[in-house]
Amino acid sequence: MAATHVHGGIGESIKRKEDSRFLHGKGNYIDDLALPGMLHMSILRSPHAHARLKSVDTSAASGMPGVIAVVTGELMAQHKLAWMPTLSNDTQAVLATDKVRFQGQEVAAVIAETRYQAEDARDAIVVDYEVLTAVTSPEGAKTAGAPLIRDDKENQKDNHIYHWESGDQGTTRAAFAKADKVVRLHTFYPRCHPAPLETCGCVADVNGVTGKATIYMTSQAPHAIRTVFALVTGLPEQNIRVISPDIGGGFGNKVPVYPGYVVATAASLLIGRPVKWIEDRTENLISTGYARDFHMTGDLALDKDGKITALRVHLDSDNGAFFADAQPSKFKAGLFHIVTGSYDIPTAHITADGYYTNKAPGGVAYRCSFRVTEASYLIERLITNAAIEIGMDQAEFRKKNFIRKDQFPYHSATGWVYDSGDYHKAMDVALDQLGYDELRKDVEKRRKQGEVTGIGIASFTEVVGAGHGADFDILGLRMFDSAELRVHPTGKAMLRMGTKSQGQGHETTFAQIVAEELGIPAADVAVEEGDTDTAPYGLGTYASRSTPVAGAATAMVSRKLREKGRKIAAHLLEAAEEDLEWERGRFFVKGSPDKGKTIQEIAFAAYTNLPEGMEAGLEGVHYYDPPNMTYPFGTYAVVVDVDKGTGQVKVKRVVAVDDCGVRINPMIVEGQIHGGLTEGFGIAFMELITFDAEGNCIGSNFMDYLLPTAWESPKFELGETVTPSPHHPLGAKGVGESPTVGSPAAYVNAVIDALSPYGVKNIDMPVTPDKVWAALRAAGVSE
Amino acid sequence: MNSVSPNLDALARHVSLKVNGAERSADVEPRVLLVDFIRTNLRLTGTHIGCDTSSCGACTVLVDGTPMKSCTLLAVQVSGRSISTVEGLAAGAAMSPMQTGFHEEHGLQCGFCTPGMMLVGTALLEHNPNPTEEQIRWAISGNICRCTGYMNIVKAIQHAAAIKAEAVKAPKPEAVAAGGGQ
Repeated sequence: MAATHVHGGIGESIKRKEDSRFLHGKGNYIDDLALPGMLHMSILRSPHAHARLKSVDTSAASGMPGVIAVVTGELMAQHKLAWMPTLSNDTQAVLATDKVRFQGQEVAAVIAETRYQAEDARDAIVVDYEVLTAVTSPEGAKTAGAPLIRDDKENQKDNHIYHWESGDQGTTRAAFAKADKVVRLHTFYPRCHPAPLETCGCVADVNGVTGKATIYMTSQAPHAIRTVFALVTGLPEQNIRVISPDIGGGFGNKVPVYPGYVVATAASLLIGRPVKWIEDRTENLISTGYARDFHMTGDLALDKDGKITALRVHLDSDNGAFFADAQPSKFKAGLFHIVTGSYDIPTAHITADGYYTNKAPGGVAYRCSFRVTEASYLIERLITNAAIEIGMDQAEFRKKNFIRKDQFPYHSATGWVYDSGDYHKAMDVALDQLGYDELRKDVEKRRKQGEVTGIGIASFTEVVGAGHGADFDILGLRMFDSAELRVHPTGKAMLRMGTKSQGQGHETTFAQIVAEELGIPAADVAVEEGDTDTAPYGLGTYASRSTPVAGAATAMVSRKLREKGRKIAAHLLEAAEEDLEWERGRFFVKGSPDKGKTIQEIAFAAYTNLPEGMEAGLEGVHYYDPPNMTYPFGTYAVVVDVDKGTGQVKVKRVVAVDDCGVRINPMIVEGQIHGGLTEGFGIAFMELITFDAEGNCIGSNFMDYLLPTAWESPKFELGETVTPSPHHPLGAKGVGESPTVGSPAAYVNAVIDALSPYGVKNIDMPVTPDKVWAALRAAGVSE
Repeated sequence: MNSVSPNLDALARHVSLKVNGAERSADVEPRVLLVDFIRTNLRLTGTHIGCDTSSCGACTVLVDGTPMKSCTLLAVQVSGRSISTVEGLAAGAAMSPMQTGFHEEHGLQCGFCTPGMMLVGTALLEHNPNPTEEQIRWAISGNICRCTGYMNIVKAIQHAAAIKAEAVKAPKPEAVAAGGGQ
């Protein structure tokens, strides 16, 4: 009998299983939830960036129509909930008791019958502030005499949070002393915001009789949140149930615990009714997890042949009022020390200092694996600048310095072990797809005619899929992930995981892994995530870790069930186990392909006709702790024209060659790449959260915080190479974030290449027309 | 749930409108936004709120066939008008060409912007059955998508246009049967 085709295995672009409910307006997002007796919460936020709280008068608000309760910091303090721990082992105010430390900080909350009533009463709360001087940058934070932001912390005498180093200072210093050429770039990766289209929110429902707290929440990491809640509140963990319903985009913004979740839960506990809290857009942009805000200086040492001999980087990190970065606890600046990137750099030394400022806390990785984006941006900008300075073609310079294919597994100067890669190949595919040589000639010709045009390249390496658990943990929780697979008697299956999709298509992709490994068609595998009462424990979805970790767990649990299936098949076929051969979906007797049992027949037998002594059922769970990170990579190339008169940059072409190892559903992978390239475009040219001298947030709505629409967004030409991860059971590496990590440098490098004939070496993002115009004018260029 | 603000019923105004072909009415405060009326009073939660400031388009509905952002309209403003929401796109279990287009072309990821995008696309094809890519991009430029990068949304709308064009060309199923399909 010929092998039967099992629909939906690895490599098939099957249509998404989750689409239907969204297409019919029947998604189940947090704000769609309405529980009987549910109340609504609105949070009063500070208008000042830095001020002492003198009094909070809630008397008028309390008497307003529909108002059930007004919660202040004082009330929270009575329950020991005025402060909470952050994901970086700091503390963060839940509701302010002493000072406000950033504009938008939570001061009080109103719980009322309707949202309108809650907001009416919120506006009737009277707060007396003594305004203090605001600190809005690391530079300001370290100035002598700068106001002390964290006077709540006993041993905190200044605004410095951490000093952190990686690499080898001695060998790096020696290499620089011998360098023939040193190229320096100082660049600021500005603060931006993930801005998922759905804001954050929750519905907290504490049952006064049973004590069970059910918290529906827009969380990318529901299990970790449950544990944090148990530790903060002292509630027994089995009495806490976190449910992440459908999530309208996350991009890192929905990893942290926000004060609103804590206040809503406390309010539900005190009042005995469900409490809903949904941010509006301004609340989301001014108070929740921002991204980047790194001031970086990089030095590249070169020998006379253009080989890189060392890298030295210092960065100042602006962490806002509370150190609440969402990142593995060992690494204060995230995984920034991957900054040697795709290059064989013998030695490197990285120093980082973090500072408190009067800005929102919560440095999250906006579609990125813990600060890899900042690292990739810096090295790729440095590489392009170095190539321009030594007069070498930027593609050629990269190829000269790439880690070679035969060097993998590659041990980097800062301690990473890159699993696999073929950087030259990805570069060649990208250059070929772009028609680079011809295009370069065309650029030269057009420049002679006075046009401003350029080509930018970025050859990024990502590091995703955390753990290994011994090196990667969040608050001590090892970064493994999990999959539980139950095969029903009729051969249909239920897969539950510790991750949580926010649009990535998990219900399809992970069903395909089961289809591949166990032969149950993807259509027959229901995938469920996000309910901590039913899903196995996991660390959640961020940092491109779902496929590398939970995907691996899915493959492993499928294989476990397959091995049990072998025993059952042997029993049914009256054959020895070792005489059976597996093809996708079926065991058969070696040499007698007609004599076989399908996985569906085996599943039925697991409940009806078992070998003597075997435990009934066909189900299992696997907790996968990856032996290493995965290292997706690629080369992106961007072509731009610059309008000399207006400074407007027009992106003409984007070629993106990604190598994310084995692609499970190529359609979904390409969709992710499109999205990430667009967010990268937004970051490079449009998105900016900035502050005036008083600490007022500029970028607090979508009129000021500009996101790309269909009108500005470029079209993308995708390419691929496939270098499987040697340690992942499927060879997959993860892809969701590669394009956001890799593309900003490609876009900016294209602009810098275009402006290089005029001596322009840097423009910080977002590269807006006014900055380009000013750079051209400064270089003496007129229309 | 009868009204967004039950305690302010003294101010309530009667709103009566047609939603997805059905007559709906309720007494609401004059300040109640159309999007809240749709989501809270009518419990049609497919219309989303992304920004409250008519910047993102997640709340787009069709008012007498024209795409409008329901976060910046009052419910009382549209009394007597006809509203279409995402829940009205499908005819029973059968998806509309626009829904099919979004499914086939992977035009959605998290799904939050999708209702607004599909309604804008539907309105576009009503008056321009064969739009260019540029016309599609312009039509949806008031709607933000954070996931897809728009390329597949453009394809989805083109796909829907092709289905509709095919349906116009193809003889009706009854006609096939009558023409001796047996």
